[in-house]
Amino acid sequence: MAIVGFLIRRILTGIVVVWLVASGAFLLFFARPVATVARQLAGRAATPQVINEVIRNLGLNQPIAVQYWHFIDNLLHGNLGFSYYTGESVDTMVRQDLPPTASLLVGALILWLVVGLGVGIISATRARSAFDRVSNVGVLIGLSMPTFVIGELLILYIFLPLQEHGFHWINTGYAGPSQGLSPWVGHMLLPWITLAAVQAAVYTRLSRGQLLDTLGEDFIRTARAKGLSERRVLFRHAVRAALTPVVSQLGVDIGQLLGGAVVVETVFGLGGLGQVSVQAIETDNLPVIIGFVVFAAVFVVLANIVVDMVYALLDPRVRIS
Amino acid sequence: MSLSGVEFVGQQAVAAEAAEDGTRIEGRSQWQLTWRRLLQDKVAVAALIVIVVMVALAIGAPLFVAITHHPANTAYPNTGETVAGNPVPPGTAGFWLGTDGTGRDLFIRILYGARISLFVGFVTTAIGAGAGVAVGLIAGYFGGIIDAVLARFTDAVLAFPYVVLALALAIVLGPSLPVIIAVIAFFSWAAIARVVRGQTLAIKEKEYIEAARSLGAGPFRIMFIDILPNLLAPVLVLATLYIPTAVVFEATLSYLGLGIQPPTASWGNILADAENFYQVAWWYIVFPAAALLITTLAFNLLGDGIRDAMDPRTERVLAGVRRRKNRKKTALIDNVPGVTAGEN
Repeated sequence: MAIVGFLIRRILTGIVVVWLVASGAFLLFFARPVATVARQLAGRAATPQVINEVIRNLGLNQPIAVQYWHFIDNLLHGNLGFSYYTGESVDTMVRQDLPPTASLLVGALILWLVVGLGVGIISATRARSAFDRVSNVGVLIGLSMPTFVIGELLILYIFLPLQEHGFHWINTGYAGPSQGLSPWVGHMLLPWITLAAVQAAVYTRLSRGQLLDTLGEDFIRTARAKGLSERRVLFRHAVRAALTPVVSQLGVDIGQLLGGAVVVETVFGLGGLGQVSVQAIETDNLPVIIGFVVFAAVFVVLANIVVDMVYALLDPRVRIS
Repeated sequence: MSLSGVEFVGQQAVAAEAAEDGTRIEGRSQWQLTWRRLLQDKVAVAALIVIVVMVALAIGAPLFVAITHHPANTAYPNTGETVAGNPVPPGTAGFWLGTDGTGRDLFIRILYGARISLFVGFVTTAIGAGAGVAVGLIAGYFGGIIDAVLARFTDAVLAFPYVVLALALAIVLGPSLPVIIAVIAFFSWAAIARVVRGQTLAIKEKEYIEAARSLGAGPFRIMFIDILPNLLAPVLVLATLYIPTAVVFEATLSYLGLGIQPPTASWGNILADAENFYQVAWWYIVFPAAALLITTLAFNLLGDGIRDAMDPRTERVLAGVRRRKNRKKTALIDNVPGVTAGEN
């Protein structure tokens, strides 16, 4: 039952964090004069009367406390506000744009961990081998390469040549899993690789270093001396102990995945929350950005709860309490 | 670890050789030793040279404008664009690396982009290192509730996606150079603060700190005079490794349109514009991308090199280089009786 208490407490602190972030985002509304917003909305030739009407319609003339109350009230009802321009509700927009982002995040997360930990483990067990050296150089390049450059180079040297030779499985744009597994993977493969690459490099280095340290510990020698198979020593004893610091790092890095998603969605034209938010900058559409900020806070909080639970599973010394 | 033993014995052997020659044995400071070890590391020296060349190119950008007669923001619709209005390839009509989407000299624009990238990289890292050291020292030294609050805040900053904050700030303040410097600096101190806090926790328990306190030194004197000098090594390594991260941040934000605004050249906004010419102008993507990659790679290699030079026990990223060096040392040490330098 300890886990129920843990979840309740973490969710409560999570709500506080989201509230703080949302309040901070709300203050952004007031970081510039309301007349600027209203004038942009009303058009260039607007009279002062029209501008005042726009301000009234948006509720921008009320005291901050009242507006804040409305904002929090709406938030509690799952209402993130309305786009200044189309009048479309932001939560409808979030719902529409979530599938590409979710597809991207899930696939990239899996690829990141499988490649990062896999290559790290193989490198550590074959330290100084050719594989290890190639992977070290790869890690260094991955660490140095911005996500969007990886995406652009993949488009330039993988996607375009394939298209030229009539190979259309790999594609840009978004296709959901509902359109079949094969088109989904075909459309998402390059974005997944792009988003996962940098983090996979970081985690290869991290898990390799941790595992090398662990393999030098006394309990590994004991396990070998007991006559356990090397495989059992590696996976039952070493990897488990080596992975715990890696998992605790995961909680910090998972938020960066969302930042990366903004970039990857833009490079590959996937639509999605990130790309829509970037476009919102050009149209000065503040409610959309605030919706995205709140979503990001919820995502980071939830991901951290999951990571802490996995951490407790891996490390028996850590008790969920 | 056998490696530190190797290093130690190796130096003794060198010292013994010097003494036989009748020369005086001089004491060397930690920094001198580090510098000498760094100079022996070919990869790090190469990285350092690349960085110096890059900085020189960035500073000397106006010189190249004088040579090519192509100012950074001047378009050449007649010579710099094909009939279809596309960029011309490298080497055409005096454009060394070709032209960009509006017929401007790509080489010159990459040089001016380097100025922005390196400036942002150095400035934000300096701000971040200063703030990180201050926060880490205060949190680690005072402990208690100050530490709890600062550590929580540090963790929150590390976990928050910087692009999202940049989006929010860009829409409120408008995208500009000061805004991206503020955003990048805001995220740059946290990692350094974490390490400094951990080190401070360990150092403040040492006897000499107690001695300083009993002599009547105040907390700030202890923090900045007694503790800080012992932290400079890890901070220097972290700062060197943060510069490429800051360069990548800047490029990414400018790529998304949240940073440097055209017509001012930045590697990020050059690469964003290049996406319109995938099919017709490979050079438009490849050269700025290469400039970016070479710069960040050089800083990463230099940072690793400095770390290795400061702590000979850490393992080199490019394992092959160390291995060859080990063989040489092994040969040297084999002559010393009673020492076995095992390759692990």
